[in-house]
Amino acid sequence: MRQLFRFHGGVHPPEHKAVSSAAPIVQARLPQRLIVPLRQHIGTSARACVAVGDKVLKGQTIGRAEGYVSAAVHAPTSGTVVAIDMRPVAHPSGLSDLCIVIEADGDDRWIERTLLDLARMDASHVRNRLRDLGLAGLGGAVFPSFIKLNPGATAKVPTLVINGAECEPWITCDDRLMRERAQDILTGARIMATLLHATDILVGVEDNKPEALAALQAAARSLDFPADIVAVPTLYPGGGAKQLIQVLTGKEAPSGGRSTDIGVQCFNVGTAYALARAVQHGEPLMSRIVTVTGAVARPQNYEVLLGTPMAELLEQAGRTSEANGVIMGGPMMGFDIADTAAPVVKATNCLLVKSPKLFPPLPRTMPCIRCGACARACPARLQPQELYWFARAKNFGKTQEYHLFDCIECGCCNYVCPSHLPLVDYYRYAKSEIWAREQEKNAADLARRRHESRVSRLEREKAERAERLAAKAPVKKAQATVPPDSAQAAARKALAAETLARVQAKQAAAAPEPLDPPASS
Amino acid sequence: MEQYFLILVGTVFVNNIIMSKVLGLCPFFGVSKKLETALSMGLATTFVLTLGSGTSYLINHYLLLPAGLTYLRPLSFIVVIAAIVQFTEMFVEKTSPVLYQVLGIYLPLITTNCAVLGIPLLNVQADHNFLQSLIFGFGGAVGFTMVLVLFAGLRERLDGADIPKPFRGTSIAMITAGLMSLAFMGFSGLVHLR
Amino acid sequence: MLAAVLVMAAIALLVGGVLGYAAVRFRVEGDPLADKIDALLPQTQCGQCGHPGCKPYAQAIAEGSAEINQCPPGGEDGIRRLAELLGKEFKPLNAEHGQPKPKSVAVIDEAVCIGCTLCIQACPVDAILGASKQMHTVLAAECTGCELCVAPCPVDCITVQPIAEDLANWKWKYPAVPLKDVA
Repeated sequence: MRQLFRFHGGVHPPEHKAVSSAAPIVQARLPQRLIVPLRQHIGTSARACVAVGDKVLKGQTIGRAEGYVSAAVHAPTSGTVVAIDMRPVAHPSGLSDLCIVIEADGDDRWIERTLLDLARMDASHVRNRLRDLGLAGLGGAVFPSFIKLNPGATAKVPTLVINGAECEPWITCDDRLMRERAQDILTGARIMATLLHATDILVGVEDNKPEALAALQAAARSLDFPADIVAVPTLYPGGGAKQLIQVLTGKEAPSGGRSTDIGVQCFNVGTAYALARAVQHGEPLMSRIVTVTGAVARPQNYEVLLGTPMAELLEQAGRTSEANGVIMGGPMMGFDIADTAAPVVKATNCLLVKSPKLFPPLPRTMPCIRCGACARACPARLQPQELYWFARAKNFGKTQEYHLFDCIECGCCNYVCPSHLPLVDYYRYAKSEIWAREQEKNAADLARRRHESRVSRLEREKAERAERLAAKAPVKKAQATVPPDSAQAAARKALAAETLARVQAKQAAAAPEPLDPPASS
Repeated sequence: MEQYFLILVGTVFVNNIIMSKVLGLCPFFGVSKKLETALSMGLATTFVLTLGSGTSYLINHYLLLPAGLTYLRPLSFIVVIAAIVQFTEMFVEKTSPVLYQVLGIYLPLITTNCAVLGIPLLNVQADHNFLQSLIFGFGGAVGFTMVLVLFAGLRERLDGADIPKPFRGTSIAMITAGLMSLAFMGFSGLVHLR
Repeated sequence: MLAAVLVMAAIALLVGGVLGYAAVRFRVEGDPLADKIDALLPQTQCGQCGHPGCKPYAQAIAEGSAEINQCPPGGEDGIRRLAELLGKEFKPLNAEHGQPKPKSVAVIDEAVCIGCTLCIQACPVDAILGASKQMHTVLAAECTGCELCVAPCPVDCITVQPIAEDLANWKWKYPAVPLKDVA
């Protein structure tokens, strides 16, 4: 029995997991049109590499990774590219982003797949392939996986944590995945361990999922894989990477640092599964398990092609009359979807349909009474009441002093707040203001550098021009005195003429030019 | 030894120069908007006050008393203090131009800070020896710095508070200062300076 | 009486000597404050403050010959930051120098552009690319939206357009909470 630890705080929101966990995963219907956003991960948007009218096959790369922190996107089915334009996407802003729209031909014809031969390929080659296969973390942050699979030049990452905690209420996609496809998950974990040179492999699953635990344990036995399948106590946000690592290892990532600083890397079970599919079948990441739950007729888990419009998926799950909104993610960390025309993306783990009965409006917010309930609940051991105080006063410097950026936005403080303050909204506001200021400052620094270099360039040019003028005068004099048959003089004359022409050209360019008359005149 | 310690505790807490003697209110309200500025102002004042009370003692004891010119005390003290402030100003301008700019007018105004002239005069009144004078000056300045920093912390926090409109700004600061002063009365009786 | 005068004179002499030494010892070279102010300015180099660029304006503020409320691109936030740095009172933006505008970028109508290079010479940050009689274009990432290129254009093909909100620059809004909603 492994000794477990505790993280600070945490809450026990009602789980509502039984609503969708009983039924097995079903394949979602193939929609007529798929809308594939080019930005489905953290980092730079992928760059479209198909054109409108192109025929694409299932699994074909339609957007290439651009820059380092990026991942490719793929056609989820075969068909024709009918548009590449701005469409509403799943984002709290409700704004649009560049998407590739594919009209499905219904054949679902695969492109030729090449498997990854891990024994023969070196690690960096494998990581590059994973990047091209679009692998990104499916736990919610959608960070490109190939970066996390790089142990770095010096260090090994001795501990690999596979996160099957799934602490957020309502969501059961990881639960079902673990129950039904435990072998693939562990196969993925084994590949990860190889790439990271990890020796200690831990799979953390909250103890409210006994079937998933049993399935994983059976799979580990049958694969003869020395992973430690650990039941962790159910406590929100026990599925946060830092919290799970703390529970399993007792180690806490330093403030502002990453888990790799303490020799631990953490992946979601969904990512491990996708990795196994990528390596063993050459399949890019173009589908995922999505929990559709809440006020729907058939709440359960669906295997959905990325790009499927949310509305179609909700249709399949059965609309109900009392539904009055959709949350992507769970009730603690999810956000409202403004337009269900938005497609399912790599980050979509759950569509939670709201109804007035399930989500009654919050009581009126009241002023902060500084009771400290939020500080007791905060898993990051922050002082949410102080963060709130300073974020509200727009004193962003102070919020950073209180370690705003260690906040994981888990929503525990919101949940316990007796005044029902939207605390996390204030932290998000403060964070995005600080980022915007950072960007503004960088832009200003760039402008300053460019302005300074321009000023110095102008000065240099002026000095050079003066120098040339000074040099030209004696040349002219020389022309008059030295006999023209001297070869040296001829060369000098040619040089002078050339210089003169250049100066004249420059002056002509510098002078205000009249409107170009038509060529005929 | 105990006596020096008592002077220190007495000047810092019991007879705090701002809260119970009500001296030096100008910088107390002027430079207490930000914690860092308040601390810097406190440090500058500490430097001036400690040096000022030492030199004042020397001038009083070796120049004015033998010559029987005790009536020149305020005049000569202020001259020396002005010089020390000038010196501090140059030093601050050299080492921290931003602080120099932030302290602005309050830096030269240390000269006219009644606390700075008050303490050397109180020293003379209490008939302190040289070491006692130094400690008295230093303690007074530490008390000044402490109160200034505490008050700046409170005011930074007040920025985010829901203060009724008519009380915003200086008025709430005045109320806060009054309450702080009441709180400092709790120290009276801790030490009796004889 | 004579004693008093002598004593005061002695004190003055001593003090003067010390101060004279300090003045030499702690002489301040250059103006490090101007750099600190310059770091807070938005570097649009637009000249709306009445100075030929951000640096000269920073120097003018440091010398005390300019107010802190003359920079429209910096907006109220910029004035607040300057006020904080300099320990001055916040002042609303001086309307004489213009109004703050949303962050913008210049766009050249490439069909109309005649390639006169006038805008290239006007651009303070070299954000316009082109050559004589060739079409010009704006490097959007480098453009500060200062509008200095608009006036020199003989064919009025340059417009300054506010940057549209997209996923990359979208910000969380200040939470709207009806706190005062007490019956």
